[in-house]
Amino acid sequence: TRVVVASRTYADFTPQATFDIKKCDLHKLEEGPPLQAVLTREEGLQYYRTMQVMRRMELKADQLYKQKIIRGFCHLYDGQEACAVGIESGINRTDHLITAYRAHGYTLTRGGTVREIMAELTGRRGGIAKGKGGSMHMYAKHFYGGNGIVGAQVPLGAGVALACKYQGKNELCVCLYGDGAANQGQIFETYNMAALWKLPCIFICENNKYGMGTSVERAAASTDYYKRGDFIPGLRVDGMDILCVREATKFAAEHCRSGKGPILMELQTYRYHGHSMSDPGISYRTREEIQEVRSKSDPISLLKDRMISNNMASVEELKEIDVEVRKEIEDAAQFATTDPEPPLEDLCNHIFSNEPPMEVRGTNPWAKLKSIS
Amino acid sequence: RVTGLGLGPSSGNLVVVVVQLELVTVRDALNQAMDEELERDERVFLLGEEVAQYDGAYKVSRGLWKKYGDKRIIDTPISEMGFAGIAVGAAMAGLRPICEFMTFNFSMQAIDQVINSAAKTYYMSAGLQPVPIVFRGPNGASAGVAAQHSQCFAAWYSHCPGLKVLSPWSAEDAKGLLKSAIRDDNPVVVLENELMYGVAFELSDEAQSKDFVIPIGKAKIERPGNHVTLVAHSRMVGFCLDAAAVLAKEGVECEVINLRTIRPLDTDTIEASIMKTNHLISVEGGWPQFGVGAEICARIMEGPAFNYLDAPAIRVTGVDIPMPYAKILEDNSVPQIKDIIFSVKKTLNM
Repeated sequence: TRVVVASRTYADFTPQATFDIKKCDLHKLEEGPPLQAVLTREEGLQYYRTMQVMRRMELKADQLYKQKIIRGFCHLYDGQEACAVGIESGINRTDHLITAYRAHGYTLTRGGTVREIMAELTGRRGGIAKGKGGSMHMYAKHFYGGNGIVGAQVPLGAGVALACKYQGKNELCVCLYGDGAANQGQIFETYNMAALWKLPCIFICENNKYGMGTSVERAAASTDYYKRGDFIPGLRVDGMDILCVREATKFAAEHCRSGKGPILMELQTYRYHGHSMSDPGISYRTREEIQEVRSKSDPISLLKDRMISNNMASVEELKEIDVEVRKEIEDAAQFATTDPEPPLEDLCNHIFSNEPPMEVRGTNPWAKLKSIS
Repeated sequence: RVTGLGLGPSSGNLVVVVVQLELVTVRDALNQAMDEELERDERVFLLGEEVAQYDGAYKVSRGLWKKYGDKRIIDTPISEMGFAGIAVGAAMAGLRPICEFMTFNFSMQAIDQVINSAAKTYYMSAGLQPVPIVFRGPNGASAGVAAQHSQCFAAWYSHCPGLKVLSPWSAEDAKGLLKSAIRDDNPVVVLENELMYGVAFELSDEAQSKDFVIPIGKAKIERPGNHVTLVAHSRMVGFCLDAAAVLAKEGVECEVINLRTIRPLDTDTIEASIMKTNHLISVEGGWPQFGVGAEICARIMEGPAFNYLDAPAIRVTGVDIPMPYAKILEDNSVPQIKDIIFSVKKTLNM
């Protein structure tokens, strides 16, 4: 018979460690975020778990899409987990955040549950938007989506920041967009007004190197996205290292909260999937490139290696978390595939807020449908 | 203030009746509406080009910046898409912005924010995210400003669910509708008219009150009549009343309906009128194709009033061309009173 070796107690683990992180490239800034980050064991485990949930949730969505249980647009976030989780760890829950359509990760970090996110993707009544919004239109408290029109979320985010300043609650707005959106005119209009009015806005460009099928070199005359705010100070951050993202976000948040106005962060990151589920993602980039990132820069692996090699967690412990996460995702997928679709009575609801019930014309003159607020 | 004289009810003696009517221009009515709502709710603020220090491109916001300051009256750079988006974002985060477009022609630059960010969001979020915003400014033809500055956007905005679209005519309309719009928790487009800004109307005691609001979605019968229904919005309401005055001399009594709201359209009032008059003419300044009149006619076809029509319902509209500059051409590009009279007579087979 074998004797079970006693498992290691928590007292055996290092409670916290300091890590060197990459220096950020700076634009119109005298100094940048610190070059070291302190990570506690609790934080590490929490970040690991959240990133793993995010990863597995997106992979499950991939599966469900291929089974045609998810339809329409589905833009997956796997590879970019360190951005969403790192940003959230650098701001307060009471701060605000808005992003574009690759939004499932942020919906999670901003308080959505995996169940309601997946049920929204499958278009069920238990979805976070009751099945009315879909992949690109998920909302939560202090999270303004999920926006389908490229770049439109940037002025919106500055507007949220204006409201923060107006209401004097020392809150800020994180306003995300991609390398493709970075060429939208309305973003430059927003930079101007945000700087002019000193809005507490952190503009964040998630540069995953491709706007749909167009590489950054083919889309932008200047790929230094952190400099394109011109008069807005900027920093370029390693978006695959969660500690780098966190420290940069804290730095940026401090800048905003001190009344200095907006700041711009470019997160260099990578998406494993194509632009959306309709894009295999290999016609404009090589499989080798994708594989290289996976093996050398995967955000979850980077964190895991750091924790293991610094005795902050054990391989078994992390495996246990993986098992739990897998179960959580399975449960959510189960819910998302069995929850009923929204009732037809809901079709015309939610047109207007705070409004008495009204009639909505159906597909023909005799179809008089009911709409409730 | 106007003081009136009248005969006493039973004695026949001369009685002095003091009627508190105030003559107020549409411009001042809009100004009063914004002033009152800014005072009433500190979440309300105004942004747009020249709204603050210039007192408004058309002086509609005169005095507001002086009274409320930089925080609540905000001059923007010339960035419609940007500042409309900022306004919508502010509405999402708890404020109640009034976003002015210097004219609605420029709103085309920002139309994505109005439709996709404002109008659709409450629905897409299944009720989680309301957008209490007002987009306002002058709409439609002006005088000599040519094609790019003269388009009417009533049809385009009214096409979209999730928006309310208002089109005031009188000072009372302007005040009551704008106040309702600001108090409404939804995106409301208020289509004003530059040529009406300087026109003065009597404002009743009731309309002078700080809580005077006009319900959205309800048309007003400006002039009752039995022979033909004229439905119009904005400046054309005045033209219809003028046409009605001329026609009255020939014994034709027009019922003039002021739509006040384009979306939602008050079909009930129009139908009830047709059931009385048996004839319908809609009058608008905008282009005919897919316009406000087209929608009215389609609804009448589909509803109970159809059986009461003694003649096809017709539309009097702007001419289907970009607006020309020369006065004689411009004058002939929009409905004139004579066009309305002509159409009434044709419809009534006179």
